[in-house]
Amino acid sequence: MEDQKKLEEFQAKIDAEQKIEPKDWMPEDYRKHLQRQISQHAHSEIIGMQPEGNWLLRAPSLRAKVVLLAKIQDEAGHGLYLYSAAETLGKSRTEYLEELRTAKAKYSSIFNYPTLTWADMGAVGWLVDGAAIVNQVSLQRTSYGPYARGMVRICKEESFHQRQGYEIIADMARGSEDQKAMAQDALNRFWWPSIMMFGPHDSDSPNTGNAVKWKIKRETNDELRQKFIDKTVHQAEIIGLTIPDPDLKWNEERGHYDFGEMDWDEFWRVVKGGGPCSSQRLKHYNNAHENGTWVREAARAYAAKQNSKQKVA
Amino acid sequence: MSDNTDNQGPIWEVFIQSKPGLAHKHVGNLHASDKEMALQNARDLYTRRQEGTCIWVVPFEAITSSTPEDNGSFFEPADDKAYRTPTHYVMPEGAKHI
Repeated sequence: MEDQKKLEEFQAKIDAEQKIEPKDWMPEDYRKHLQRQISQHAHSEIIGMQPEGNWLLRAPSLRAKVVLLAKIQDEAGHGLYLYSAAETLGKSRTEYLEELRTAKAKYSSIFNYPTLTWADMGAVGWLVDGAAIVNQVSLQRTSYGPYARGMVRICKEESFHQRQGYEIIADMARGSEDQKAMAQDALNRFWWPSIMMFGPHDSDSPNTGNAVKWKIKRETNDELRQKFIDKTVHQAEIIGLTIPDPDLKWNEERGHYDFGEMDWDEFWRVVKGGGPCSSQRLKHYNNAHENGTWVREAARAYAAKQNSKQKVA
Repeated sequence: MSDNTDNQGPIWEVFIQSKPGLAHKHVGNLHASDKEMALQNARDLYTRRQEGTCIWVVPFEAITSSTPEDNGSFFEPADDKAYRTPTHYVMPEGAKHI
């Protein structure tokens, strides 16, 4: 009875566009949904450093290198903002990281694709960050306060990420024949995985119902995907690249682009860990964590020493 | 699950003053094993774009918060004191600059 009343008050707050804060009462499913969604988002930022880290030492100029480094540092920062938000839901950072390490938690499938050429750095910034931004702009209005505030900060920082990627791919698209082919190839490989970043169709998305009612999600997977496609088609056209979808065409009546069906078998295969780089990404992460053990131990020992000194003084 | 309770260090809440003269504002938190590390991590995490002129880091346990559920009774003493606001007072017709 008590819970029913609390649930009604909770829904009334959501309906009135009030934010839910860590100490407020919330339904257990709301908490669980957010713990999963925010930590997956955080893991994606952290794992997302790897495909770009791959090109850090091979960046074609000093400018390209500092830009890429700044972007990767931002991704690390974004992961940390998100872990902070996730921790306010009563689960420790160590527990979340443990779930990543043991593959109990997922991260965005897009990072399980390899980055084969420098043009891929363009495609990742332009398409992968572009898709992430569409999703994150929407999440700035999510109902959980700490998550919404994290998103505002992230969106502000993220705005250069997409532009730097588009600059790279635009430069290559107007370069030599080989460079242009490389740009087109990167678009060909990243287009479908990018639009699949928005997740399954609304009709096949098991987590949409409550997430929309509770305003965790403000727009559905299909709405966000459509937004991204509508924005991106023109950007491809003006740099002379072709989006690899023969069904893509403007629909006057809908006021949107129609597009072809995604390969959902591939989607689920990659989600379940069968992506080209899935095991490599996790292994690399776990190695880095293990190699850092002595740093954490030293930091703890130093803190203990400082504390005991303080007590003596 | 050995050593699963704390391999990240304690939580520090971070407050940043964005310009001299402004109040420090809460921006988020981080983990660090001691206060110098907390301050350096706060710089690297929250001021990558010159967002601040001063940073405070405060151990999470040092903060005591009121409870939203008790807001009704907790803030009740101010409920009936509208005379603390200027609009409570009736000014003579035509009075200016007051």
